[in-house]
Amino acid sequence: MKNIFKEVVGGFYTLTVGMGITLREFFRKPVTVHYPRESLKMPERYRSHLIFTSNDDGSSKCIACNLCVKACPTDCIIVDGEKKEGEKKKSVTKYDLDFTRCSLCGACVEVCPTDAIVFSKRYNLAATDRQQFHIIDLCRDLEERNKKKAQ
Amino acid sequence: MELHPVQSTGPQETFVLNLGPQHPATHGVLRVKLTMDGEFINDAVIVAGYVHREHEKMGENRPWDQFLPNTGRIDYLSAMMYTHAYVGAIERACGIEVPPRAEYVRVITSELNRIASHLVWWGAYLLDLGGMTPLLYAFDDREKILDLLEALTGARLTYCYYRVGGLAEDLDDGFVEGTREFVKEFRPRLKMFRRLVSENIIFRKRVEGIGIIDAEMCRKYGATGPMIRGAGIPNDVRRAEPYSVYPELDFEIPVDPAADSMARYKVRMEEMEQSLRIIEQCLDRLPEGPVMAKVPRVLKPPEGDYCYATEAARGRFEVRIVSTGKPVAHRVRLRTPCFGNLSLFEEAARGMMLADGIAMMGSLDLVIPDIDR
Repeated sequence: MKNIFKEVVGGFYTLTVGMGITLREFFRKPVTVHYPRESLKMPERYRSHLIFTSNDDGSSKCIACNLCVKACPTDCIIVDGEKKEGEKKKSVTKYDLDFTRCSLCGACVEVCPTDAIVFSKRYNLAATDRQQFHIIDLCRDLEERNKKKAQ
Repeated sequence: MELHPVQSTGPQETFVLNLGPQHPATHGVLRVKLTMDGEFINDAVIVAGYVHREHEKMGENRPWDQFLPNTGRIDYLSAMMYTHAYVGAIERACGIEVPPRAEYVRVITSELNRIASHLVWWGAYLLDLGGMTPLLYAFDDREKILDLLEALTGARLTYCYYRVGGLAEDLDDGFVEGTREFVKEFRPRLKMFRRLVSENIIFRKRVEGIGIIDAEMCRKYGATGPMIRGAGIPNDVRRAEPYSVYPELDFEIPVDPAADSMARYKVRMEEMEQSLRIIEQCLDRLPEGPVMAKVPRVLKPPEGDYCYATEAARGRFEVRIVSTGKPVAHRVRLRTPCFGNLSLFEEAARGMMLADGIAMMGSLDLVIPDIDR
C-alpha cells in the first residue's frame, strides 16, 4: 500500500517536472525561420546543381575535355565541344546535365582542370514538369546570366 | 520490479495483421506479418526488401571511387560512418596512409553524425510511444549539427565527404568554434532530456522490463551496437577492433545489463555523452597539415580480400571488398547492422502485447534502407 502511494506521488512529480520544462518553452524565442518572408543564407559549400563559371568576357572556361563525364558515377553529363579557328583550346558548345540522375557527389567539380563548373546555391527548385530537370542546359544558363548582367 | 510473463487466456482463435508496408511505427517501408491472438502476438514474419536498391551490385560495376555517393545512402542517418568503412577498406587494400588531420576530422564528423542519428531515434521512438514534444526538442539540436555539417560538406544528409586517402575539403573557418559551442550547449540539453523523458513515469512504465533481448539472442542473430551493449556486453568496434584514431582517445563504452527497452534507451543516451567527450578531445588535439594523401588517379587495389568495420550509430558496419587488381571491384559486400538487429524481432516479439511489440521495435532503431540496401 505504501509502495503504491509512493509510486503515484513520485510518478506525478516526474510528470510535473516534464510539464515545467515544456511550459518554459512558451517564453523562449522561436527557433524556426519564417521561410517565405525570411530565409537562411546558404553556406559557401552548398551543393545544388552545376553551373558554369565564366571568363572576364563572359565565355565559359570549359574546354570540353570530358573528364567530368568520365568521373560521373551516374552518367548524367553530356558534353560536346568544337575547336574554333585561331584558338588553341576547344570550346564548349553543349553541356547538358540530367538533374534527375545527379547525386551531387562532387566528382565532376573535383576533377575539372579549368574550374569551369561549380555548384550553384539554387535551392528553390520546383517545377510542374519533370522534363525541366531532365536537361539543365548550362550553356543557356550562362547566356541568360550574362544577359541579366548586361542589363 | 517483478516481471510477470504475458500469457493469453482468450479463445484459441488467431488472425493475421499486417504491420506495414506503410506504417508510421516501422519508420519506412517494412512489412511485418503478425499472427495475433487477440492483443497478443503469436507469431511475426518479417517481409523485407521493399526498398532494395542493389547497392552491392552497384559497387561491382563502377570504378572504386564512384561508389562513394552510394555509401551515404545505405543508412542515411549515419552516412559518415558508412563512407568511412568503405574508404577504409580501400585504403587498407592499397596501403594508403591517411594524414593525421584527416583522421581526426573523420572522427569528429562521425561522432557528430552519431549524435544526430541518436537524436532522430530519440524523437521518433518517443513519437512511437505517443509523445510529440520530445521530437521537436531533438530536431532543434539536430538542426545545429546539420548546419555545421552542411557548412562543412555542402549537404545535410548524404555528405559524401570522405575520399580514399583523406577528405574532400579541409575544415571551413567556423567549424571548430561552432562545434565547441555546440558541445557546450548540448550538455545541459542532454540533462534536460533526461528530466523530461527518462524519468517520466508514463515512459518508464512502457519500457522498463519490456522487450527483453538477452545477450544469447543477440549472439544468435548477430545483433550489434546498442542492442548488445544494452544486453550487458561491452562490444564496440571502436574498442574491439580499433580503427582510425580511436585507440588514442579516452572514452567509455556504456553498458546496461538489464537487456530491456529501457537499457537500450539508456545506452544510447549515454553514448551521446561519450561522443561529446570524443569530439572535445579531438578538437583539442587536431593537428595541422594536409587532409589528403597521395592517391593514384585510377585506384587498382592489389588482388585480395579486405575487410574494414566501423561502429555506426546502429552497430557494426562492415565492408568486405574482393579485388582482382582491376579498376572495378569483383565483389562488394556490405554487412549492415540493422539486418541483424531486426531479424531477432520474430523471436523476441512472440507472446508480447502488440503495443509492447511496437515499443520494442522502436528501441531497435531501425533504418529500413539499411536492411534492404
